Amino acid sequence: MNILPILGIWLGGWAINIWLARFDTRLTCTAVAVVFGVTLLVLWEAIVRLYSVPSVILPAPSQIAASFVANRSILWTDFVQTILRGALSGWIIGALAAMLTAIAIDRSPFLQRGLLPIGNFVAALPIVGIAPILVMWFGFDWQSKSAVVVVMVFFPILVNMVAGLKATDTMQRDLMASWAAPYPAALWKLRLPAAMPFLFNGLKLTTTLALIGAIVAEFFGSPTRGMGFRISTAVGRLDLPLVWAEIVVAALAGTLFYGLVALIEKKVTFWHPSQRK
Amino acid sequence: MTRVWRAALPIMTVLLVIIAIWYLGAIRMNATWERDQAARAGIELSLPELISKTMTQDRPILPTPHQVAVGLYDGLAGQAITSRRSLVWHGWITLSATLAGFGIGTVAGILLAVGIVHSRSMDQSVMPWAVASQTVPILAIAPMVIVVFASAGITGLLPKAVIAAWLSFFPVLVGMVKGLRTPDGMQLDQMKSWSASDSQQFWRLRLPSSLPYLFASLKVAIAAALVGTIVGELPAGATAGLGARLLSGSYYGQTVQIWSALFAAALLAAALVAIVGVIEKATLQRMGLAR
Repeated sequence: MNILPILGIWLGGWAINIWLARFDTRLTCTAVAVVFGVTLLVLWEAIVRLYSVPSVILPAPSQIAASFVANRSILWTDFVQTILRGALSGWIIGALAAMLTAIAIDRSPFLQRGLLPIGNFVAALPIVGIAPILVMWFGFDWQSKSAVVVVMVFFPILVNMVAGLKATDTMQRDLMASWAAPYPAALWKLRLPAAMPFLFNGLKLTTTLALIGAIVAEFFGSPTRGMGFRISTAVGRLDLPLVWAEIVVAALAGTLFYGLVALIEKKVTFWHPSQRK
Repeated sequence: MTRVWRAALPIMTVLLVIIAIWYLGAIRMNATWERDQAARAGIELSLPELISKTMTQDRPILPTPHQVAVGLYDGLAGQAITSRRSLVWHGWITLSATLAGFGIGTVAGILLAVGIVHSRSMDQSVMPWAVASQTVPILAIAPMVIVVFASAGITGLLPKAVIAAWLSFFPVLVGMVKGLRTPDGMQLDQMKSWSASDSQQFWRLRLPSSLPYLFASLKVAIAAALVGTIVGELPAGATAGLGARLLSGSYYGQTVQIWSALFAAALLAAALVAIVGVIEKATLQRMGLAR
């Protein structure tokens, strides 16, 4: 009998969406996505309640929300420790290092031909694996997390930036040459702006990597705060609502981080075709 | 020959520079410990002595490349492959979960993509959430997934495969949605003028033209699946797999073990991507899609 309300919710949400999808305006597109999300949440709550799933396996959304509200201060310290100190600092250092390296090797085709295949290879490797090594070198606090993030984000950004610096065509470079523009001017006025769409592609790609690196590195040793630390200890105490609250924080932080970078991209590369309405 | 040489020379040079930096770093980082030991014993170390000692430590801070190579060789070939010290054995555990997850993720990604391309309401409702799901650092909650599965009585390969599947499904989904939509109006019109049914249009036009995109995504997906599996093996209690090797190495300060496991994982990743690449080349060539 329990299956009936669940089916009802699913079919109801589906019917609304099929009806909404016919309008195909911006508003209804958002509405469709929201309805889908809400349906999933309600389904989740209904399944947990109707089948009385124990909270050690899957807590209901309402339990997670309650835990989120009750543990606000813990969640905030973890957020500061992992996201702001670990992930963000590492991401900024890694991105700057990658951009500077890209500009440095841009003038040498030899270095490019040597570094790029290696960079592409390294970008596909399971780099999180270096986390235990870096935790050993830099200690348990946020410096080691930051180092892991630097290594993780470096190569994807480097590869994108090098591709971006090549993205000008001969005509544009010839124009620069005919104006007798010296290398710095050509770099600053033509090639860096042209590289921006590629750079932001890499930057957006690495936002999630940065969070993953910072959290996973905490599994190998951390002070008694931080999201990775909290997740592993809360799992040990079977306090699953708290774990899920941390996941919500991670998801929100990830979305926010990505959104911020996308927003900056919009301001910087307003001229690019992909930004046109 | 000269073309191969032109391609290989810069890579070789960069690799040599990296190895040189590695040796220098190893000497520098391991020297402190040797100096302390010497000072405690009351002996003065000459520079050559110091350097040779930093390269043969049991638990160096940074093992030298040849120590790692020996560790890797020992793990791959020096043990019976059924031994728990063998990297082949651990690698197989990791590989089987990776392939299972990759399979699940690929099938799920393709099915969802087909649904999205054919149904407008699915496109509008699933796609934003599929994108949002990737901003969730799923790897970070891998240990929880493992524990939850374990408390439900499921251990072994499946929980790791679920994490691998979650990571590999997204690239496949995005690539397939793009690929299934590549046929342009002209081609679709042509199918229509032959009065092709929906399923004919799908099997004969959309699916074949999506294959190049599918293979590009598969390469990303299989690397992601491997990362997912390794992180899934990290939580305490996992005793097998390359991830477990990393973790036990970090607990007992066995740096050589960590580095060998890391390189074994890198080799595995490279091999998997290469295999997908070979299949891609063969398939596309047979279909006349190779460029």
